[in-house]
Amino acid sequence: MTEQAYKIQEEDLIRDDITEYLRRHETKDLLRLLTCGSVDDGKSTLIGRLLYDSHMIYEDQLAAVTKDSKVHGTTGDDFDPALLTDGLKAEREQGITIDVAYRYFSTDKRKFIIADCPGHEQYTRNMATGASTCNLAVILIDARHGVITQTKRHSFICSLLGIKHVVVAVNKMDLIDWSEEVYEKIREDYNAFVARLGFSDIHFIPMSALKGDNVVDHSQNMAWYDGPTFLHHLEGVNISTDRNLIDMRFPVQYVLRPHLNFRGFSGTIASGFMRVGDEVMSLPSRRASRLKAIIGPDGEIAEAFAPMAVTVTLEDEIDVSRGNMLVPVKNLPHVGNEFEAMVVWMHETPAKAGRSYLIKQTTNMVPGVLADIRYKVDVNTMRKQAGGEAPAVKTVQRGENSSDFNERSDSTFNELNAATELQLNEIARVHITLHRPIAFDPYEKNRSTGAFIIVDRMTNITVGAGMIVDRVVPKPKSSAPVSKNIVKTASLVSDEDRRKLLNQKGATLWLTGLSGSGKSTIARQLERELTDMGHACYILDGDNIRHGLNRDLGFSMEDRSENIRRIGEVARLFNEAGIIVITAFISPYREDRKQARAIVNGGIVDDGETVQDVKIEKDSSASTISESSERFNGLNEGGARLNDSTNPRETRFVEIFVDTPIEICERRDPKGLYKKARAGEISQFTGITDPYEPPQKPEITLLSADLPVNQAVGLVIEKLRQEGIVG
Amino acid sequence: MSGYNLSHLKQLEAESIHIIREVAAEFEKPVMLYSVGKDSSVMLHLAHKAFAPSKIPFPLMHVDTQWKFQEMYKFRTLMAEKYGVELLVWINPEGKDISDPFKHGSDKHTQVMKTDGLKQALGHYGFDAAFGGARRDEEKSRAKERVYSFRNEFHQWDPKNQRPELWNLYNAKVNKGESIRVFPLSNWTELDIWLYLLREEIPIVPLYFAKERPVVECDGTLIMVDDDRMPLKEGETPMTKKVRFRTLGCYPLTGAVESEAETLEEIVQEMLLTTTSERQGRVIDHDAAASMEEKKKDGYF
Ligand SMILES: Nc1nc2c(ncn2[C@@H]2O[C@H](COP(=O)(O)OP(=O)(O)O)[C@@H](O)[C@H]2O)c(=O)[nH]1
Ligand SMILES: [Mg+2]
Repeated sequence: MTEQAYKIQEEDLIRDDITEYLRRHETKDLLRLLTCGSVDDGKSTLIGRLLYDSHMIYEDQLAAVTKDSKVHGTTGDDFDPALLTDGLKAEREQGITIDVAYRYFSTDKRKFIIADCPGHEQYTRNMATGASTCNLAVILIDARHGVITQTKRHSFICSLLGIKHVVVAVNKMDLIDWSEEVYEKIREDYNAFVARLGFSDIHFIPMSALKGDNVVDHSQNMAWYDGPTFLHHLEGVNISTDRNLIDMRFPVQYVLRPHLNFRGFSGTIASGFMRVGDEVMSLPSRRASRLKAIIGPDGEIAEAFAPMAVTVTLEDEIDVSRGNMLVPVKNLPHVGNEFEAMVVWMHETPAKAGRSYLIKQTTNMVPGVLADIRYKVDVNTMRKQAGGEAPAVKTVQRGENSSDFNERSDSTFNELNAATELQLNEIARVHITLHRPIAFDPYEKNRSTGAFIIVDRMTNITVGAGMIVDRVVPKPKSSAPVSKNIVKTASLVSDEDRRKLLNQKGATLWLTGLSGSGKSTIARQLERELTDMGHACYILDGDNIRHGLNRDLGFSMEDRSENIRRIGEVARLFNEAGIIVITAFISPYREDRKQARAIVNGGIVDDGETVQDVKIEKDSSASTISESSERFNGLNEGGARLNDSTNPRETRFVEIFVDTPIEICERRDPKGLYKKARAGEISQFTGITDPYEPPQKPEITLLSADLPVNQAVGLVIEKLRQEGIVG
Repeated sequence: MSGYNLSHLKQLEAESIHIIREVAAEFEKPVMLYSVGKDSSVMLHLAHKAFAPSKIPFPLMHVDTQWKFQEMYKFRTLMAEKYGVELLVWINPEGKDISDPFKHGSDKHTQVMKTDGLKQALGHYGFDAAFGGARRDEEKSRAKERVYSFRNEFHQWDPKNQRPELWNLYNAKVNKGESIRVFPLSNWTELDIWLYLLREEIPIVPLYFAKERPVVECDGTLIMVDDDRMPLKEGETPMTKKVRFRTLGCYPLTGAVESEAETLEEIVQEMLLTTTSERQGRVIDHDAAASMEEKKKDGYF
């Protein structure tokens, strides 16, 4: 439908049946998008065009703009759509856009909120701000210039902030004779680098924002383009699946106590959905209860979902206050006072490692320390940078090198010295320690519970924004941090020496599975078998670990993690000594097994399961995101810890999933634990009240229900032979 | 899964409620500035929803210029009763019973009674957060306004000194004397407000609906003769016209439009079919395009 026809149809409806018109507009949905591009790519023009063509400009505003066009405009006496959008006096006088501006327009299908982000100085800060609330990013490219450094930078920041949908607006097609070839080339160039950024949908549209081609109406000049127009595409993008409707998270904002018989907890559902009767737990206290009632803006409802603002009441009088989070008992977020995050620094005063700040996450404002700056990311190249020596990221002017970042070499990069400062507009991976624990999820999984802002304690200014990457290994409470003075000295005995001596390679056979799945049985048989074959091996299990080394640990989520961490460290020591370790722990959390794997495999702290997929050039001086299947948290850690004398990439960790269905485990119930758990005598029992997260890519899966123990053991030994662990 | 989608209006509602609760939780002494207009009606209604079944935990404050329409004063009292909320009224003592827009001009009257009055009132009560019903779509210079707009101890707004605002994580930290103006309706448009008034059946001042009213024409604008303070020219008698008001302020400064719209639907219909923007009715905005920005720096809402 043409723009004119569309307008007329709307007007007819307004005139003839206003009630129907209002009904349609009441039920439309909402899309938040941001526009990014370099200065002069045509952002303001495009937005002005949308506002104008979709009927959002009133005549008197237009009259004012037309008057202004003569004074400030760049289009001579013609109407300049950019003037509809460029707001502040200062920027109009300078002809630039200096801050994120929000614009509104709507059709009968959708309301649109546009975050108009300047492509100028402060780009990173402003873009991160604009992107934080958006579902979709419009990346403008001036067809005459093609894909330039800024294009990549903007795309990277959008991906960092978790945007899933991208529209690449190839603008100013009028200036290149509406050339299909040029457009195709830009498409190719863009696709070549963007694959690694993890967008779920990318759409290209050739247009002229100034003339209106393919903005609202199809272009007469580009008959070769048969895709949707810009507006049409925006109206149709499916964003309903972007939300996390799986993991219910309800950060408590406010407690209502109108009278003694009512205690309500108000808040905005961050993700997931809830139903009356659901069993919920308050974090970090871990007190459980059930949802008694849910009160929405229109009264009591049976269920509610993100992003509704509701008030809930609970069956039991448990202590809940602002800053606590209600979650399903069977689907818990992380709880802890340490995490790693990607941070965008937003203030002229640099961030300093070791300095204390206020961290606001969900409804918590907690003091914390920026404990460590792991490395910085160069937004132009998407490379990790050596901390200290890295040049500050500068504003890159148009036309500056647009070389492909794969080719760029970073000569300053040797080892990762921790950076100590973070400048305005820099992005870094950091480690944060809080004064008290909070509940959180990785940002990748949950944009609401994985996001935080950093506030300066003296000036109260918001100085940074962060996205939680993953849980870190909690440090033992009593121990001091690793001293900088501990230097590893090379042993006089090499791994090779030990290998020859023992005729085997140190390795960890990590058995995981439900209670009663057969882990211990297989472990014991395996130990017997390997010993008979003349190999040195040893089982670590609850009996020898929980009673000694880890007797100070309980079964809370944190303690379980710490338990696994220590086991990982012990296994690693055994392995370095040349011994084969067999572990037999339920180890239900994927995260924890990831950590154990990382520790055993020589200190790759957080890549966990993806380490397997990632091909690492061992000597590359810097690594790029392209090597990772994940996004920013996949920035791999090539050399993040000082390597041992051994090849750090030699995988010693063999994850063995003892995959027995819970019904069978429960029938076996060798220690009567399932019975107790069912009777409610054990409060936290994997498979009954607590989740078991099966491995996604175990080295070995043993379907032990149908597999006699000796055959299972045979399979494992076969695998060990293949891997060269035993001869 | 269409059952798990929220319409844009319900999303805006949720977002505003979130903001209102956040302010109530984090500030020591918030207040809701109440202008009696339709945006204020929506804001008040949202505050009510945010805390139901409890009462709204902060007072309303009307900075009164003494020149509002009589119907606005009536409505103000009615609403405070309906929502069971405390209503504070502040009149700048320096201009009380003196300031007269007819004598002193609109600029001076607004400066003294509204801008100065507001600053005095905030200082007097020691409010550290003040809700306002402004929307970003009202005026170009507002497009960059934050939801939490920081004001220094002189109540000034410095465009360069605004805090970045990400996700729905608002920074409520202020030092003594500093404050935040909070705009929970930032992302609403004119049409959204009308749709919501309709959906929720929220009462608004009857002046918004067309009715026969006594008016005189001043410089091409229809001004309603609301009381006998209105100076009439020699031999001038008010005409009776069917008019309504698009925005409400001091009656001598607020232009009426001729209209037949007697219901909300008809108002929206008229609004969409006419092509002059809302603010044209306000005498105050007839100045240069960027004047709003100047006024805001100075503390005007
Ligand atoms: N020929 C042509 N010029 C354009 C087009 N889009 C924008 N411009 C011009 O490019 C200049 C910069 O546009 P503007 O919208 O201010 O860019 P911004 O800095 O990205 O907001 C202005 O002179 C526009 O008129 C287009 O599609 N074709
Ligand atoms: Mg611009």
